[in-house]
Amino acid sequence: MSKRLESMIGWIDARFPLTANWRAHLSEYYAPKNFNFWYYFGSLAMLVLVNQLLTGIFLTMNYKPDASMAFASVEYIMRDVNFGWLIRYMHSTGASMFFVVVYLHMFRGMMYGSYRKPRELLWLIGMGIFFVLMMLAFTGYILPWGQMSYWGAQVIISMIGAIPVVGETLSNWLLGDFMLSDAALNRFFAYHVVTLPVLLVVLVVVHILALHEVGSNNPDGIEIKANKDPVTHIPVDGIPFHPYYSVKDIFGVVVFLMLFTGIIFFAPEMGGYFLEYNNFVPANTLQTPDHIAPVWYFTPYYSMLRAVTVNFLWIDAKLWGIVLMGGSVAIFALLPWLDRSPVKSIRYKGPIFKFALTLFVISVFVLGYLGTKSPTPLYTLLAQIFTVVYFAFFILMPWYSKIDKTKPEPTRVTE
Amino acid sequence: MADIGEKQEMNSRRRFLLVATSIAGGIATAAVATPFVLSMMPSERAKAAGAPVEVDITKLEPGMLLLVEWRGKVVWVLNRTPDMLANLKKLDSQVADPKSEKDQQPAYAKNETRSIKPAILVVEGVCTHLGCSPVYRKDIAPADLGADWLGGFFCPCHGSKFDLAGRVYKSVPAPTNLVVPPHTYLSDTTLLIGSDRKETA
Repeated sequence: MSKRLESMIGWIDARFPLTANWRAHLSEYYAPKNFNFWYYFGSLAMLVLVNQLLTGIFLTMNYKPDASMAFASVEYIMRDVNFGWLIRYMHSTGASMFFVVVYLHMFRGMMYGSYRKPRELLWLIGMGIFFVLMMLAFTGYILPWGQMSYWGAQVIISMIGAIPVVGETLSNWLLGDFMLSDAALNRFFAYHVVTLPVLLVVLVVVHILALHEVGSNNPDGIEIKANKDPVTHIPVDGIPFHPYYSVKDIFGVVVFLMLFTGIIFFAPEMGGYFLEYNNFVPANTLQTPDHIAPVWYFTPYYSMLRAVTVNFLWIDAKLWGIVLMGGSVAIFALLPWLDRSPVKSIRYKGPIFKFALTLFVISVFVLGYLGTKSPTPLYTLLAQIFTVVYFAFFILMPWYSKIDKTKPEPTRVTE
Repeated sequence: MADIGEKQEMNSRRRFLLVATSIAGGIATAAVATPFVLSMMPSERAKAAGAPVEVDITKLEPGMLLLVEWRGKVVWVLNRTPDMLANLKKLDSQVADPKSEKDQQPAYAKNETRSIKPAILVVEGVCTHLGCSPVYRKDIAPADLGADWLGGFFCPCHGSKFDLAGRVYKSVPAPTNLVVPPHTYLSDTTLLIGSDRKETA
């Protein structure tokens, strides 16, 4: 480092902890040396977040949050704005890819027990991020004011109206009107471009601060901090994040961008899964489309919403559906306390956990598929069965994780 | 701050001031939040748009359905034929709430026909499941709805069925009968939807 640069950094360090933070979070943040494929998705989620923020800013330059102009302004972006189509497809594809990487990131946590002590709070902050992300996806999908925007939002809003006693007032307050209209579009725009992104960025920073406090988990699920070099006090199985994992993550970014740009250029609608065909029709408040389905990342929850068809315990089927749908997301937050296994990682867990996790993944895929289809008696029955499987994974976990035959954990991470 | 450390615990005067300041701050926060929270309720313009609408039903022939927009929702005005009214009784065993026990209508529409005048049905055309708009199917026993269909409303979204009094069938996703909005007759042929008090018109 040249003398001049050194003295400049010295000047800053005397006024702001630049070098200290660089060390704490990058060059001297020691991560386990055995990260594998599953550890790409945290940094990829950050990449997609940056993509959403940047493309989002440029979209607001031409988008109009007005019920009479919104649809046309999106078409204007697609046809007349220079590279508008590219920026919009980067944003819409980014939304779906955000869920892809976040779901994989969450699955990684479930496999290797990343939610276990001392990372419970880290997991809960992550759940907060997941919730904000879903709100962002919902508010964003309303903005083009197409048929699916309108009727999809209508379905969600009627759920709020179903809450006993306060439902109707609450829905009027949320919509700013007695029905879904311009007032709602205008405020959902405000949430989508200001409130929720700010909240998301803050939560991501908090998530990383919490991670760097407790240290990263790893595929073996053992604490590298338990085994430190007696002289340097550096974990013997840790390597500095920079340059080792920054280089690894850049490799992941390159591969991800190949896939990402491939989708943007060749299949931005993804056969109706990323952008639904009905949303290329302007919103019509008097006519419901024949078939309403949410975008793919919400279909498992939507399946559970529709699965309940019988009234039970004085609560009618509709409200039960809503409770199940909310519960299916919220129950992830309980994982740190449901898992009673003596080991963290799937590598040392027994056959029961592996079987349960496999069934859980299958149920998510089946429910996701059913959510895209019109309900028939057979589909409804399947949705009911797999809803039970989905919840059984969580509710029975305190028992099956305890009686499962586990293998002993190693004292050092394995290669 | 030094004296807290020395005495280990706060004296009662300091504690009182702390509690009083917290309460005052809390009240101030709530007061400041109030206008912001209330600004999100429907505006005066939205309320004006939600005003009652007058409908002339002189030309509504028996069997005809009229669509009226009130508060951005579809309201159906259906002139039922004597046959249609006679069929309602036959469906009592097939509908979930034949006597309209659930509070989905004003008291004056809690009767066999769910209406003020027996022939004229006024209901919101909004499915009580998730807000889709059902389709008017007056044809008897069509192929897709089965041989025992006596005319009614069918929701294409999730398959809910309602009879010609807006009563929901059993074992369909929708939990309750269609909502009867407040309405009244200003004259024999003028209907007011959105209010049941003549003077508000």
